[in-house]
Amino acid sequence: MYSVNYHRAASVTDAAKLVKTGDAKLLSGGMTLIPAMKTRLAAPSDLVDLSRIKELQGVKVSGKTVTIGAATTHYDVARDEKLKKACPALAHLASLIGDPAVRHRGTIGGSIANNDPAADYPAAMLALGATIVTNKRQIAADKFFKGLFETSLKDGEIVTAVSFTAPAKAAYEKFRNPASRYAIVGVFVAKGKDGVSVAVTGAGDDGVFRSKEIEAALAKNFAAAALDGVKVPAKNLMTDIHASADYRANLIAVMAKRAVAAANA
Amino acid sequence: MSDVSLMVNGKRVSGAAEDRTLLVHFLRENLGLTGTHVGCDTSQCGACVVHVDGKAVKSCTMLAIQASGSTIVTIEGLANGADLHPVQAAFKEHHGLQCGFCTPGMIMTATDMINRHPEGLDEATVRAELEGNICRCTGYHNIVKAILAASKTMSKGKKKAA
Repeated sequence: MYSVNYHRAASVTDAAKLVKTGDAKLLSGGMTLIPAMKTRLAAPSDLVDLSRIKELQGVKVSGKTVTIGAATTHYDVARDEKLKKACPALAHLASLIGDPAVRHRGTIGGSIANNDPAADYPAAMLALGATIVTNKRQIAADKFFKGLFETSLKDGEIVTAVSFTAPAKAAYEKFRNPASRYAIVGVFVAKGKDGVSVAVTGAGDDGVFRSKEIEAALAKNFAAAALDGVKVPAKNLMTDIHASADYRANLIAVMAKRAVAAANA
Repeated sequence: MSDVSLMVNGKRVSGAAEDRTLLVHFLRENLGLTGTHVGCDTSQCGACVVHVDGKAVKSCTMLAIQASGSTIVTIEGLANGADLHPVQAAFKEHHGLQCGFCTPGMIMTATDMINRHPEGLDEATVRAELEGNICRCTGYHNIVKAILAASKTMSKGKKKAA
């Protein structure tokens, strides 16, 4: 790791000032950034640690509205009793990220700001039609995720929370790479008042996306059987050493089927 | 350079370290606590697991300065003098180790796991919770046995105390 200067932010306002220092990067749980710095893929001059800012932590559920602070760890999302009632699918998704030690540190804000093409949270945010709240504005999830590791965040802009309306039904199913345990395909299915949305992670060659074919089939009939014979096109899907685009296309339909069955259970 | 100040195994410690110093290197090199191991150095193997403010964390993926102000427990802090911690005793009893390299991390993960599941553990849960700890001697079978046994002993202890 190259030399770096560490700053611990006391508040979001403090962090917004500190992040203007040199070539600074925001640090939350550090589960991606620290490994990237160790391998010198990232070399910020300064780190601004957001993880101790109290105002960024915690899950709030008020009626159907769920708001999760950006520095809330996967562990705290997974075990939140209010969230388990309002949107159990998201709590379950959090419990599937990495391993227990990673979940103790990694945060929802860090995950979505990084927008790894195989990360779990972006699929949930997109399918739930979530709003990403920053220290400057509110961004709809479908305007926020821009491609591989790309978001619409401006330099120094800080994700402070995510917010969404709890869906009537939802579920997340992922097929993991047996070694890295990242999603080869992860599918989040949500049925809310605006219809059915289905978002896919791990598979798109431009990151997280919504599957129109699956959404159309489920809009008519929200049942696993509605997906029998539905073909997801392999165009724009990733091919790598782990899986071909065709294999991923097939997995998307399979994972979506399992997710719908779980959502209806 | 910054001052890192920690409570480690019940003792207040502090020292100057470069901001890029990883917690595991601070523990091993500055404090001489070499029980915490560096295995893969890529957050996968879990040989470096310690408890930071009561939670299992991979100390190769956290800067020492990030942890400053926190309470740390390492493998050296588990036993009570000559009396092994119940998880250590169970690993010994059930042959939960072969070469022993992964053992400190396995034991710190197991202790955290048992603390988070006061209702008790079953084999499937233990195996799922060991996701982030790798044993290259393939000794998982006895590791799982040891953790299940320790979980039983520790929940009995709690009932007695109550």
